Formats: sequence, C-alpha cells, structure tokens
Amino acid sequence: MGQWEGAAGLTTQAPRAAQAVTLPASLDEAVAALAAMPAAVPVAGGTDLMVAVNSGQLRPAALVGLGRISEIRGWQYQDGHALLGAGLTHARMGRPDFAALIPALAAAARAAGPPHIRNAGTLGGNIVSAAPTGDALPVLAALEATLVVAGPGGARREVPVSHLLAGVEMLRGGELVGYVRVPLLHAPQVFLKATGRTGPGRATASVALVLDPARRGVRCAVGAIAPMPLRPLEAERWVAQFIDWDNDRAIAPEVLTAFGEYVATACVPDAEPAQDGTVPPLPPAVLHLRRTVAALARRALGRALS
Amino acid sequence: MSSEATTTTETALPAAEPLPHGLGVSLPSTDIRAKTEGTFPYTADLWAEGLLWAAVLRSPHPHARIVSIDTRHAREMPGVRAVITHEDVPGSALLGRGAVDRPVFASEVVRHHGEPIAAVAADHPDTARMAAAAVIVEYEVLDPVTDPEQAFEAEPLHPDGNLIRHIPLRHGDPDAVGETVVEGLYRIGRQDPAPIGAEAGLAVPRPDGGVELYLASTDPHTDRDRAAAVYGLPPERVKIVVTGVPGATADREDQGFQVPLGLLALRTGCPVKLTVTREESFLGHVHRHPTLLRYRHHADAEGKLVKVEAQILLDAGAYADTSAEALAAAVSFACGPYAVPNAFIEGWAVRTNNPPSGHVRGEGAMQVCAAYEAQMDKLAKKLGLDPAELRLRNVMATGDVLPTGQTVTCPAPVAELLEAVREHPLPPLPKDTPADEWLLPGGLEGAGEPGAVRRGVGYGLGMVHMLGAEGTDEVSTATVKVQDGVATVLCAAVETGQGFTTLARQIVQETLGIDEVYVAPADTDQPPAGAGCRSRHTWVSGGAVERAAKMVRTQLLQPLAHKFGMSTELLQITDGKITSYDGVLSTTVTEALDGKELWATAQCRPHPTEPLNETGQGDAFVGLAFCAIRAVVDVDVELGAVRVVEVALAQDVGRVLNPAQLAARVEAGVTQGVGIALTENLRTARGLVRHPDLTGYSLPTALDAPDIRIVKLIEERDVVAPFGAKSVSAVPVVTSPAAIASAVRAATGRPVNRLPIRPQAAVVTTQ
Repeated sequence: MGQWEGAAGLTTQAPRAAQAVTLPASLDEAVAALAAMPAAVPVAGGTDLMVAVNSGQLRPAALVGLGRISEIRGWQYQDGHALLGAGLTHARMGRPDFAALIPALAAAARAAGPPHIRNAGTLGGNIVSAAPTGDALPVLAALEATLVVAGPGGARREVPVSHLLAGVEMLRGGELVGYVRVPLLHAPQVFLKATGRTGPGRATASVALVLDPARRGVRCAVGAIAPMPLRPLEAERWVAQFIDWDNDRAIAPEVLTAFGEYVATACVPDAEPAQDGTVPPLPPAVLHLRRTVAALARRALGRALS
Repeated sequence: MSSEATTTTETALPAAEPLPHGLGVSLPSTDIRAKTEGTFPYTADLWAEGLLWAAVLRSPHPHARIVSIDTRHAREMPGVRAVITHEDVPGSALLGRGAVDRPVFASEVVRHHGEPIAAVAADHPDTARMAAAAVIVEYEVLDPVTDPEQAFEAEPLHPDGNLIRHIPLRHGDPDAVGETVVEGLYRIGRQDPAPIGAEAGLAVPRPDGGVELYLASTDPHTDRDRAAAVYGLPPERVKIVVTGVPGATADREDQGFQVPLGLLALRTGCPVKLTVTREESFLGHVHRHPTLLRYRHHADAEGKLVKVEAQILLDAGAYADTSAEALAAAVSFACGPYAVPNAFIEGWAVRTNNPPSGHVRGEGAMQVCAAYEAQMDKLAKKLGLDPAELRLRNVMATGDVLPTGQTVTCPAPVAELLEAVREHPLPPLPKDTPADEWLLPGGLEGAGEPGAVRRGVGYGLGMVHMLGAEGTDEVSTATVKVQDGVATVLCAAVETGQGFTTLARQIVQETLGIDEVYVAPADTDQPPAGAGCRSRHTWVSGGAVERAAKMVRTQLLQPLAHKFGMSTELLQITDGKITSYDGVLSTTVTEALDGKELWATAQCRPHPTEPLNETGQGDAFVGLAFCAIRAVVDVDVELGAVRVVEVALAQDVGRVLNPAQLAARVEAGVTQGVGIALTENLRTARGLVRHPDLTGYSLPTALDAPDIRIVKLIEERDVVAPFGAKSVSAVPVVTSPAAIASAVRAATGRPVNRLPIRPQAAVVTTQ
C-alpha cells in the first residue's frame, strides 16, 4: 500500500501524440512561421494557453514557440522611452534593475501570481490574453503604453495598448506583439492590488498610479473591476492641481481621501436612477468594491507623493 | 518493495543514527521519497494495453425532468465503443454512501448540477468527451429548490421526501431561563474537499466475467459492494484495488464515475480509464454541508450557562449520503465542550437541488463550533467578561453529561487545554521586531497599509467524536505474517495520507521487535477494514494489527518459553534478537522461526454504541477528542483583508504514537480550517455551481497558512482505545475556523456571523 505496484499488464506510461512545434529565433521568423501555417498558435510562457490545451479545450494544429526569440526577452532605450520586449517574464520585470526604471510595472509583475507562473508568464502574454485581472494591464494603461506589432514582411505598426484592450484596433492574422513602448517618467509609481487572501491570487481590484512631473500630471488606472482597465481622467486632472509640484510634491490629506472617493465613484458608478428619479442603493458587494477602489487609489497617491 | 523502503528510510535520515522504531517515535513513511520526487504512481498514471477512455455526461441543470435521451449520434461516432444510460444498468439502480438513494444514471429527473446521465467509452479521451456531448438529452427544466428553508414546503424532490432526518434533542428543564440571553443567526458555506489529485479510475474486465477496479477509494469494501450490486454480480466477482490516494479529507471518490467505469469495462471487454477534469471533480464529489444555525444561550450573572436553544439546518443537497450522521454530530455537539444543564436542539437535514453534501472531516461538529463559539463571544461581551475567562467557567470535564445524556467517560481536559493556549506568549507585534519583513494582510505585494491594520486575538474550543456513531459496527481485520525475520501486515485500511501504513509498521516493531515491516497494498480480497475517517484506522485497524502481532509473538515465543520453563512475558524481542529477562536465553528471531512462517489474523471491534432516540438521547459515541485554539489575526480594516498570523493549539491526543506525523496532521487540519474561515466556499447561483476551478475556489497556500504552534499535547490515555490514542486530524479542522472568526471579531468589533468571512464583513467603516 505504501508504494503501489501495478498489477500485471498495467504500466504508468501513456504514449503521447507528436505535435508540430516551431521554435523561431527572431521575430520576423516567427511572423513568417505563422504566415506559413495560419492554423498555428503562438505561445510564449503558456501559462494561460497550455491550461486550455491540457484541459482539452484547445487543440492547436501547431505551435510557434516564442521562447527562443532573444530580441524580445530584454529591453532597450529609445528617446526617453523604454522599448520592452514582449517576451520579458514577470520574474525578470520584478528584479531591482527593472524596478528602478518602471516601478509600477515591476510591482505588478511581482504580484502576478506564484513564482512558477511569474517565471514563465510574459508581458506580451498578459496583454494578448487581456484577462480583466491581468496585473500589468492597469500599469500599461496608466503609462499610456504603445504596442509595436510585427507583421509579415518585416512590417511594424504601433497600436496604443488601450486601443487593443478596448477592441478598437485588433491584431490581424499573422501579427505578433513584439515590443511595448513605455515612457520613462523618472518619478514615483505605485501598483496596488487587493485580493481576497494573503497568498497569490487574482485581483478583486487593482490601482496603478504614475506621476508625470514634466507634464505635472497624475495618471491612474483601475484594473480587475471591468473588462479592461478604467482611467478616471477627471479625477486625475482634478487632483493634479492640488499637488505642490515644486515643493516636495506635498498634498493635503483630505485631498487624498477626496481623490480616492472621486476615482471610486467614477469607476464604480451609482446605479441608474429609477423612473421616479430615485437612485437605488448599490448592493453590498458593489459598495465594498467601491470602498476598496477608494482605499487603493488614496493609498496609491499617498505613497507616490510621500 | 521492502528493499526500496529501506533505501528510502536510509536517505531520509543521517546514516550514522540508528533507525527509529516502535511507537512514540517519528518513523518516516516509506513513500516519502517517491512522493517528493513525483514518481509515486497514482491512479491517473495507470495504463493498460488496449485501454479505452471514458467520459461521463453530466446534467447542466440543477433540476429538470428528462423527456428523452437519444444516444444514437454518440453511438455512431467513429471510435466510440459503448454508450450507456440508466437502461443499461443490470443490477441495482441506486448508489450512495450512508443512504443509498442516488441513481447510477438519472432516468426521469436530474436533481443537481453535474448529476451523471450517461457514460461513454471510446478509443481516445477527446472522442469520449465529444461522444458524451453528442448524447441528446431533452430536458423540461424545473424550478430548483436551493434554499434549505424552502425544502420543508416544497414538492418532494425525491421519492424519499425532502426531510432526510430530524432530531429534536431535549435535555433538562425547558422552562429554565438565564439572567443574560444572547441570540444569533449563523451561516456556514460549502467547503469542497478539493483533493489535489482529482479523481481517476481504471476498470479491467476479468476472465471470470467479473471486473477489477483500480481506484483511490477510502472505503474499498463498501464501494465494492455497491458496485457489485449495480453490476448484478456477486461481490467476490468485483475487486477494488486501492491505488495511491492523492489527498482525502472526505469521501473522496465520486461513485457516479467509478461504478459506470466498471459497467463500460464489462460491456466492452476492454480496460476503461477515466481521469476527471477539475470541473467534474467539483461537481461530482460530496461537499461540506452548508448550514444555517439559530442560537439562544442563557447564562446566569456569573456567566455560567443555564440553557442552550438551537435550530440547525443542514443543506444535504440532492442526495442523503451521510447527512444523517452529520446531523447527529451537529446536534450532539451543538453546545460544544461546555457543561450545559439544559439543552433544546432541533436539527434537520433537508434535500435541495444544491450540490450534494456528505462526509468531510469534522462534518456537523465544525459548523456548530463556529456558531456556539460566536455565542460565547457574544455572551462575554454582554457580561463584560474576558472571552477566555467565560469559557473557563463553563468547560466540561470527565464525568459531565453531554446534551445527549451520555456521560463523558474519556479524558476531557478542556480547561487545561484552554489555559495552555491562553498562557502561551502572544506573537510579537511588528513594531517589536522591525528587522523582520511584516507580511501584511493582502500578501507580499498587496495593498496592505500598516496604519489600517488591527490585530485581534480569539479563542475556540472544539470537540469531535471518534469512529462511527449510533450503533455503527466499526470493525477491522488485520493479518500479520512473519517469515525470515521480516514481518508483513495485510490490512484493507487505506493509507489516505493519515499515516496508517507507518503506524502499522510501528505497532509491529513495538510488539514483535522486528524492525523490517512491510505493509501490503489494500484490496477487497482482504477482509474489510472499513472507511478511513474519524480516526478509525488508528483505533480499529491499529488495534487489529496489534492483536495479530501479539498472536504471532505468542506463537513465536511459546515453544522457547516452554523449553525453558518460563512464560512468554519473560522473553523480549529487540533488534531481531530474543532474550530472556535473566539473560540466560539469547537467540535470533530467524533461528527461532526455523524456516517456519507464522500467521495470525485478528479483529478489533470497539464497544457498541446506541442510536439517538426520538428526543436525541443515547450513548451514541465511542470516544471524544478535544482541542483549544487561540488565533491571532491582522485585519486591514479598510479593505477587509484578513491574515491569520498565528494559531496556538493545545490538543487532547490520548497518546502520541508518531510525533512528526501528528504535527503534520494538526498543521494540515488547521490549514484546512483557515480555508473554511477565509476563502473556501463553492458558490452556486440557483443551484448552478459557479467557478468550479482552483482559481475561483481558493485553497490556502503557504502564504495563507499561519504559524502553527502546538503548545501542548495532553497525553492522558483513553483506556478504551487501543494504545490510548485519540483522533488528531479532525478536531483542529473543527476548531480553527471558530477561533479565527473570534479573532476577527476582536479585531474589528464586527459580528462575523458567516463563514467564510467575506472582506466586507471585516471592514470597519468610520461613519
């Protein structure tokens, strides 16, 4: 009973079917491989895709593995911006050198699940799977990041990340997200995530907040509460005027609280008024979500300015 | 196998040290290495030549009438070898553990989301799944009964009616009243046992027209008998071979897929295998009973309990399973380990169209513990007493009477347990240890803010019964064989991770003085050992192993004792050597055996119990185990995030048989309790299971698990138990959720009437 031995004729080896896997070494080779076999599915970390494959929900005819494309596994600098490879893993983005460049993205990467997921999951995968709870997404929305999309024949086109997430512009057949262009703001950034637990879990709400001292702006995005990150633009503009940009970026505590409320009301709006004009109260769970967003936004701005 | 066992032990320990053996030492399990390295074969790893794959079609509705089932398309698909429905069941059409009221396949009506309707065998798992999906079932969707309170009035969902059991317990004076009265309404969610290894099975037809089932069954003989009845075969033509069990805190296997597997194997004449998906696992197996509890506690001015009134409603789901037993535990332990002179407890287990409930560790006792401990907190607050002090004034001791009229005859050192956890130093506050990183509620990269965190300390006292109650025949049989200085144990007690095989080795080592002990795998060709729950196997199977080993000892020593004219008691065996008390005789076991094989088989059957009568009175339990827990939590009172910082536990264990294994069981139990308290709830929406996956259903991870301090283990031997050992696994599961809720109450001042604790229930609003 301790060690179970199979009866005669039983083994523990199952034969496995071979699958067509291409492992291109460059972005253009990968695009060409996709063009040559339109039924093939690109896979980077596979933390979402392989779950679907293993559970039998997805049976791709072939896979194009992106793991050997070294050009998209690092980053480079380009006129005040960082050009992040889509193959950067969460583990890599969580390291201190990256955190010094884009602190909020590093924080989101560190929060993005348990170590084995962070070791495999990539920035590009987080974007294209576009799960509402994708932790990098509110950060990219707050940074107003732009995607560099590689197409057939060496073509490159740029798509704002919010356009892709909102479905305004889609990836076309055979295209791959190659890079993500984000501004280097040289100012504090915060990513905060509320989960129902202490261990790694999906966000119930998250807030990314970045300061843009050059433009004297605050940019904020709320994740996980809607199909895509929400930007409370009015609240951002409103709060920016209360920050003493020249004097240690000081702010009054009551403004922090009001900012939290402003963001929360914008992102978790009241219910539609009834026929007689009365506004029905929000259900307790929604009210709690609004309270959570308010606390996260207040804490995020407070930490960015402290 | 035994050579491998030896290697494992050697590598697990420093080579120089002698191997531990006997009772009371931390003998490591023989399969540690294989399990750690991932080479241990579980059912899902099995393979046979000519294997077919099965799939089960399950109901997408919680309640519907089946108008028609058309299997024609599925049968015609290439690669499909058999499609079976209720029409293809040759024998009994009903299944179930405890009560037998669950159809093998739904025929006229489906009563819960995920109920099996048909099964398919095909040459590829995908083909099988597609064929199952191609079975056309026409449903007439009915309104589901999902609120257990509605079940009383609703149309019967089942020929046996909606009321599965009602216990109106009456004990003492109904007119007694206390000066202080507190009331409360409590709700406990639906915990899923969520075994890490989901269910799998392999059925192999036998040449004699029977079938062998390879399953991770925890009660092989009961499962075999049910399966044989369904196949219309005599039990001896069906054999269940127990494979490695990948986690069992409940009746882990869903009969709804294991029994059809055998039918498919008999029908096709080929081996048939099924590995369920996580979703099917959540839908198929039994869950912890969601429970609604209404309580009224009466106490005098000093806080002594005068009377407890309670109404307890268990949601049994669509089928009865072991709900009657869970209800008996809930009603009997409704007052907890407190001396209560007057108790009036009304309990019901009712049928609904929710997912089925059944045996999950600590069933019944866990739900009431959360409620009566909340009541004790409420009472302490109302009387202005320290919650631990109030508990101390009321704790029971040996000689007190349970509300069922049964006198507690076993050790019940409840006061001592509570004092032990109360006196244990509190964990340091973060400001005392600034060098350590403070793990805030919400986790390492969470949103926690130290300024919003409040700490709370809470207490819980819990009790469980051991072995089956109310007249269940709890018997186990074991055989011990000695040959060439090696002992073999044959016993159908299933190693579910509780450590039975290790314990069996220790018992034989202790009794026979032979270190090399091999425990054979369990199957139904051996005599029954019963289900692996409520610490049965330590008690009855361990007891049977000990008796058999003693009989072998007598057989071994009798000739020598006779020859030297002394009684066998004056001889001892250590390290394979037989010596007499005076040192005159010294020989080895191998020499004494002289090439013979010695066999002995023995049974262990604890003293009988009786069913609860119509007023809930009766000596229903063989033994009781107690535990006290002090939980310390940090709560981010703005986000409602809770982190359990520390759980200090004192437990009444009777006797420690294997310290390392005991600590592991306690830690696992507490962690399961953390899940009940904070995250684990299988949600349903009008009877439909929501998020049946491990993302939506959050099991505790290492970061969620608190520091678990075993402050005290009281070893007061229970004289009726073999070795004097008590249950250790269940009582921490029962008690820790109550203690955690108590601590959250202390931190937030909120009532916390519902488990798991939702974040909004732990928020402190300033307005």
